[in-house]
Amino acid sequence: MPSNPDLLKLIFGRLSLDSFPYHEPILVVTFIGVVLGGLAVLGAITYFGKWTYLWQEWITSVDHKKIGVMYIILGLIMLLRGFSDALMMRAQQAMAFGDSQGFLPPHHYDQVFTAHGVIMIFFAAMPFVTGLMNFVVPLQIGARDVSFPYLNNFSFWMTAAGAIIIMISLFVGEFAKTGWLAYPPLSDISHSPGVGVDYYIWGLQIAGLGTLLSGVNLIATIVKMRAPGMSMMKMPVFTWTALCTNVLIVAAFPVLTAVLVLLSLDRYVGTHFFTNDMGGNVMMYINLIWIWGHPEVYILILPCFGVFSEIVATFCGKRLFGYSSMVYATVVITILSYLVWLHHFFTMGSGASVNSFFGITTMIISIPTGAKMFNWLFTMYKGRIRFEVPMLWTIGFMLTFVIGGMTGVLLAVPPADFVLHNSLFLIAHFHNVIIGGVVFGVFAGITYWFPKAFGFKLDPFWGKMSFWFWFIGFYFAFMPLYVLGLMGVTRRLNHFDDPSLQIWFVIAAFGAVLIACGIGSFVIQLVVSVMRRDKLRDETGDPWHGRTLEWSTSSPPPEYNYAFTPVVYDHDAWWDMKQRGFVRPTEGFKSIHMPKGTGTGAIIAALAVALGFGMVWHMWWLAILAFVGMIAVAIGHSFNYDRDFHIPAEEVIETEEARTKLLAKQA
Amino acid sequence: MATQTAVHETQTPVFLAKEEPHAPSSTMLGFWIYLMSDCLIFAVLFATHGVLGRNYAAGPGPQQLFDLPLVAINTSMLLFSSITYGFAMLAMEKDKKQATLVWLGITGLFGAAFVGLELYEFSHMIMEGAGPQRSAFLSSFFTLVGTHGTHVTVGIIWLITLMVQVGKYGLGAENKRRLMCLSLFWHFLDVIWIGVFSFVYLMGVLG
Repeated sequence: MPSNPDLLKLIFGRLSLDSFPYHEPILVVTFIGVVLGGLAVLGAITYFGKWTYLWQEWITSVDHKKIGVMYIILGLIMLLRGFSDALMMRAQQAMAFGDSQGFLPPHHYDQVFTAHGVIMIFFAAMPFVTGLMNFVVPLQIGARDVSFPYLNNFSFWMTAAGAIIIMISLFVGEFAKTGWLAYPPLSDISHSPGVGVDYYIWGLQIAGLGTLLSGVNLIATIVKMRAPGMSMMKMPVFTWTALCTNVLIVAAFPVLTAVLVLLSLDRYVGTHFFTNDMGGNVMMYINLIWIWGHPEVYILILPCFGVFSEIVATFCGKRLFGYSSMVYATVVITILSYLVWLHHFFTMGSGASVNSFFGITTMIISIPTGAKMFNWLFTMYKGRIRFEVPMLWTIGFMLTFVIGGMTGVLLAVPPADFVLHNSLFLIAHFHNVIIGGVVFGVFAGITYWFPKAFGFKLDPFWGKMSFWFWFIGFYFAFMPLYVLGLMGVTRRLNHFDDPSLQIWFVIAAFGAVLIACGIGSFVIQLVVSVMRRDKLRDETGDPWHGRTLEWSTSSPPPEYNYAFTPVVYDHDAWWDMKQRGFVRPTEGFKSIHMPKGTGTGAIIAALAVALGFGMVWHMWWLAILAFVGMIAVAIGHSFNYDRDFHIPAEEVIETEEARTKLLAKQA
Repeated sequence: MATQTAVHETQTPVFLAKEEPHAPSSTMLGFWIYLMSDCLIFAVLFATHGVLGRNYAAGPGPQQLFDLPLVAINTSMLLFSSITYGFAMLAMEKDKKQATLVWLGITGLFGAAFVGLELYEFSHMIMEGAGPQRSAFLSSFFTLVGTHGTHVTVGIIWLITLMVQVGKYGLGAENKRRLMCLSLFWHFLDVIWIGVFSFVYLMGVLG
């Protein structure tokens, strides 16, 4: 008969009442806010009777467009969470000088900066770019859906499951205090005995599986499902960048999975991969994690390069300058991104030859990137530029990203890096390229494709407000960090002794407030646009005079995307069709073969949350049950052979005739 | 390209496919890409073993621990299982359901024998005090070999599932495609094992 504490330990593992941070006022208030907000949302869904609609039309949907939208909603929610961490850090660093300790004690501050990095990269930026690729790629290549629609739904829910695990850590236990890459020996069991690193590991493992599978899916889609006539060199540039990105995902994420497994074994089993004793080697971890980590930044930026390429060509009314050089530059960046990982730790001490090699490869990357920059400039040259919101983001990107690229080349010089390593200069550099590149690209892409997804444009006034707040706010927030970095201030500090530094941190905090206004304007923009949707409505399906195939179908596109599969002669296929007198057919529609929705993805992902939670808290029974459940549900799903259906011809005719009427009204 | 445009300049070309183009199945390509990603996981584990494989921490090394005759038997189990899987595929091509099932069953037994021998080897080493916690060498050994063994175990579960499905629904196109995928997976694990056998066991014993 086990005594009572043993039984409790068996059931709850490490979880006890003390695990809940009820003594932290910030967290308690946040928790109350989240609970109230959550109850309001759930209540509203119940009140309006939308549960069936949500389950059938969204949660179980295998439609790539809906999955793309859900990815972007996930990214937006997590962006808000990650940004509130950023505001707290900026406020803390602006206050904590001399006698003032600020409002975040070190153990809390360390969790905040770790959570900020992890959330922004894995759960804001990644869902944003994956969402854009999911939504746009099948439309651009004239396909009905992705190669593996069910897998797509599963991938999304695994990503969401990872995000949920990270969010649980806010209110149950703690998050890692190790920085966003959880370097050992700090992250090993003797230095981080708590649950924080375990939350980190399981959140990333579960989301990473989703990312990997979505990468496999999109590669197969792009290789196999292109419309007739679309050879590789007639693919739109965004699709090209998506292809390269997904190649990077498939080649990089397994490394992350493997290295996190090794870290887990060190923590759970007591192995000695990355320990200081018994033959372990810490630098092995740091090499492996950056072999994933460096391609990861290109995974984020390449699709954004694609977005800018589409936008520049569309809003300048010209063919993209240097299409093939753009494609080759993308491919070269893809390859080079595997040859530079060591520049993240020149200070490892691997010697002059190794450091020179990686320094030079790093500098070489700026050449294809520079070629892209000139291509965009030459596309604008003598173009009829329309300064609509997506174009503003693009120009903002070009100005900002070049600065970030140049500071990157500075950091690529190993002797300079020895001085700047881990300083705020580095922080300023990577925010410069990630905000200036990825964030601006994502906002440009969302504004650009929003009318395609929902049938109305986003309100331009609030879009411009958002852009200018972000743009100016970025410079206020990060230029001071360059200065501080050159003065030798290191990252991740929660208190400073030298009062002369304070002014720079105050300016940076002011910049963060401006960025907050930018995010606020974006949210207002969404609300205002939904309210004014009738005025902003686009009935043509081609609101920007687009060039690629997605603009040839209606907005929002029907479930089947295209009533007839397009035939492609040019990489600007839709422009080509418009130029050469394409007439949309109004009869002859046939029934269309489509995949059926399934709830399996959401169920397995829910079990994955339970598995992660059980592993984090050492509730072994829960972990085992959840794992067995996941396998059982997956096997059960494989016994379902009835996975597709035909949209009857009448339904297609009805949908297409509605569009015919709309278009006739326009003309 | 230029000539094509010129040809179409005079008349509007066909912009929409009359017939639904028959999309080739992406499953084999997708599964192949997945296998390559799995291969990278093994690459990381091999690299880790390459870096840490000589860090014995004053503990036992390969010469004291590895029992090559046992590993040779083990290897032959896996190689035989690949041959019998090949026979299963040949039977599948001829639409012989019963023969396919028999060969799949034999494959599963060889696979189970492989996993069983590996577990015996592991337990033996752990009994001798050479568990994965003993040194970085043993950590990387157990992880690399164990990951391979886990894959074989997953393969066996998948194989049983497929045997039930073939038994129940016969050798339709869908089931044939699934058998092809498992075939790729099974042979892939063989290739990985050749690497494990050569680099971990043989080169380990050579010292």
